[in-house]
Amino acid sequence: MSTAAPTTDDSHGHRQSAHGPDKLALLKKVPTFSTDHKVIGVQFLITTLFMLLVGGALALGVRWQLAFPWESMPLFGKLFAQQGGQVSPEFYTMLFTMHATVMIFLVIIPVLAGAFGNFLIPLMIGADDMAFPLLNALSYWFMWPAIACFGTSFFFGGGPAAGWTSYPVLSAVAQAAPGSGAAQTFWLIGVTFIGVSSMMGSINYMTTIINMRAPGMTLFRMPMTIWGMFITAILQAFALPVLTAAGFMLVAERVLGFTFFVPGGLVINNAAATVGGGQPLLWQHLFWFYSHPAVYIMLLPAMGMVSDMLSCMCRKPLFGYKPMVYSMSAIAGLGFIVWGHHMFASGMNPALGMTFMVSTMMIALPSAVKVFNWIGTMWGGRLQFNTVLLNSVAFVSMFIVGGLTGLFMAAVPVDIYIHDTYFIVAHFHYVLFGATLFGVFGAIHFWFPKMFGRMMNETVGKWHFILTFIGFNGTFFPMHLLGVAGMPRRYADPYLHPYLEHLLPMNQFMTVFAILMGFAQFLLLGNFLISIFAGKECDDNPWHANGLEWSAPSPPPHGNFPSVPIVYRGPYEYSSPDSPDGADYWPQTEPPRPAGEAAATSAALAPA
Amino acid sequence: MKRFWCLFFMFWPITAVIVCWLAPGWNWWFPQGPAGDGLASSPLGRRIDDLFYMILVITSITFVGTQVALGYVLFTGARRGDQPADAEEGEKAWYTHGSHNLEVMWSIVPAGILLFIALYQMDVWAEYRVRNEFPKQVQSGPLAEVTARQFEWRIRYPGLDEEGNPLPLMAEPQPTDLYTVNDLHLPSGKPVMINLRSADVQHSFFLPELRVKQDAVPGLVIPVWFETKKSANYALLCAELCGWGHYKMKARLVTQPEEEWRGWLRDLHAEQTDDGVPEQAE
Repeated sequence: MSTAAPTTDDSHGHRQSAHGPDKLALLKKVPTFSTDHKVIGVQFLITTLFMLLVGGALALGVRWQLAFPWESMPLFGKLFAQQGGQVSPEFYTMLFTMHATVMIFLVIIPVLAGAFGNFLIPLMIGADDMAFPLLNALSYWFMWPAIACFGTSFFFGGGPAAGWTSYPVLSAVAQAAPGSGAAQTFWLIGVTFIGVSSMMGSINYMTTIINMRAPGMTLFRMPMTIWGMFITAILQAFALPVLTAAGFMLVAERVLGFTFFVPGGLVINNAAATVGGGQPLLWQHLFWFYSHPAVYIMLLPAMGMVSDMLSCMCRKPLFGYKPMVYSMSAIAGLGFIVWGHHMFASGMNPALGMTFMVSTMMIALPSAVKVFNWIGTMWGGRLQFNTVLLNSVAFVSMFIVGGLTGLFMAAVPVDIYIHDTYFIVAHFHYVLFGATLFGVFGAIHFWFPKMFGRMMNETVGKWHFILTFIGFNGTFFPMHLLGVAGMPRRYADPYLHPYLEHLLPMNQFMTVFAILMGFAQFLLLGNFLISIFAGKECDDNPWHANGLEWSAPSPPPHGNFPSVPIVYRGPYEYSSPDSPDGADYWPQTEPPRPAGEAAATSAALAPA
Repeated sequence: MKRFWCLFFMFWPITAVIVCWLAPGWNWWFPQGPAGDGLASSPLGRRIDDLFYMILVITSITFVGTQVALGYVLFTGARRGDQPADAEEGEKAWYTHGSHNLEVMWSIVPAGILLFIALYQMDVWAEYRVRNEFPKQVQSGPLAEVTARQFEWRIRYPGLDEEGNPLPLMAEPQPTDLYTVNDLHLPSGKPVMINLRSADVQHSFFLPELRVKQDAVPGLVIPVWFETKKSANYALLCAELCGWGHYKMKARLVTQPEEEWRGWLRDLHAEQTDDGVPEQAE
């Protein structure tokens, strides 16, 4: 299938069972245009891990300025020596803009949907590949033009600086900021490429999950990971076109002279007055119509993966499987009617504020139900305290904070005050880092053996976890207090304002923890890279898990399964009294005992 | 080691609660304000704070409850995890797929609480933003127009009539209008309204001590009202990214008793209409 044949061509379904599968089979294909979903998954994973470092470095630049305003940056300051190694205000606006851009578009979304979605969907539903393998490969390779566009944008006026939300007029008129020239156009084209990439993935995932499930894999036997990916794909399919259209409109406005978003008569930076009858709030509506569902795109797959990992590491069935599925669906459905809560202070009709407040409050309900069910899953389990469980528990613990702080900003009057303060920054980092990234860290450790046939090092994994967890809370918890103290976001120098002066020591404290957290990521990266070659070898199912992916060899050959797997039960039959030989797991593919010995859970499947 | 991890996961929520408990004492809480008491300086701001504290109480109870539950399942789960997996005497995990009653309970109770929070907020929001609900004193019109631009606040006051009383503020600038930059003066002790505009990009009018925030959207004129009980200087800053100098949009709101404010306007008028020619010579 691949265009450049690597040395170990294990395609055409030939398993190298004689010597065991080549553990580096997937890695060797990473530099090729492979259409194998597992290779694409690994390509996504490696790319996003690298981008995580880039995004993290940008964040440390932000933290440096907040802790030591206008002081020369050690080490990295040499990169921008022409400004004395200092973070200038326009440089600062670029830093947080690109930090968010990289983290959202090049790390979180592609690591969930791209890396784990690609790797896991066919394996977990028992398919040999995605429905459209070529489209799948394209969805990965479309990331690179996006990365190129974002990279190029740095060379124009220091890079885009209108925030990742890119509100016009700031982002629409070149004179508005140094970064609002060509850099902003490149940024918008980059986002469009990412959108196309996501869209190709989304169509593929939906088709694959609907059509290519193995015999016996009914919808309600799908692992939560698959539900998460499925619902995410639906969200993307319905929300992304709106952002893409808005992006084209803004590019047309910037390049072709259309007027969608810029009203007439504005004098920006002493340039000639603008002409036109646009409306800046239109962009905000279109942008958030995508970007609020996108928040769930950045969360639901992680929720699914954590559900699977918790169940396995607690050796216990998932508590409330169907309520979990329903609440995920409710989050997705409600996710489309809450976008206005980003605009409470924007001047839109106050009656809309009220309706968006009610819908936003109600979206907290399915999230709460999920938290209760995760705790229920752990309740009475036999907990295996490994890196996977620790990261999954951190996910739950941090998500509780991120979810509860959401209530403050859902309440419009309270949001008047905390809107655009550090309270918001704290909230979404608790969700996107505290929840999603800890979920991803757990998932990397959990599915690594399936990718490379080796285990990641537990000791290093635990050190990475403990340092990241401490660094994370030390960095982001105080942000709640900064927000309550009224410190606005995106300020290059908050201490210019007397009522914020006393917050400098707290910001320095946070920066120290941020640096700790940043360096801890090298442990993950090192552990990942070294374990590929030197990790402890393991068999196909090292965690004694039930999912279909664990019945395939590690790494699975092209085509995944030696024969079409048949699914007899759901993926959460841990510690079942019916499982054979008193084992505490019961894989989905293992046939039930002959009738009479045990209650078959798959009567529908029994041959007539 | 397992106990260590259980304690590790309990350590941080305990720290979080303690820090939040101590934060007001360490001045890590709402801005002190001119009174130095950390309370909102406007009556509506006080009510916003009350709503904040109500949500804080509800979320704190939920936070502590869920973290305690998490701690419980971790400790008990660790005990079970100590035992060998497949041995006869080993205790298996509790084999259950969930509980319908629990699901119903933990769906309905939070739903009720959330709906209550949402409905309970409506009045304050309506008073703050819905034109018909504005206090009577501000229905007569704005006292000033605040125009945000990169990176300052331009303020337009109406001119004065023959007796030295302020004229009504017209929608369009008048030759008699008075101007200041970054210095908004308004009467204290009663609700006052301004019109908010933007001359270039989007900004946001933020009075942290009064808990007031409203975006200034290019092309829109947005009325904003607030009330200060105390005559004092308050911080005014921008809360919406408006370019590289976003952080520099530092201004002040000065509220003073009505008569003093009129006097200040008269001084401003005298200053801005002064043509440099001594009065006798005219």
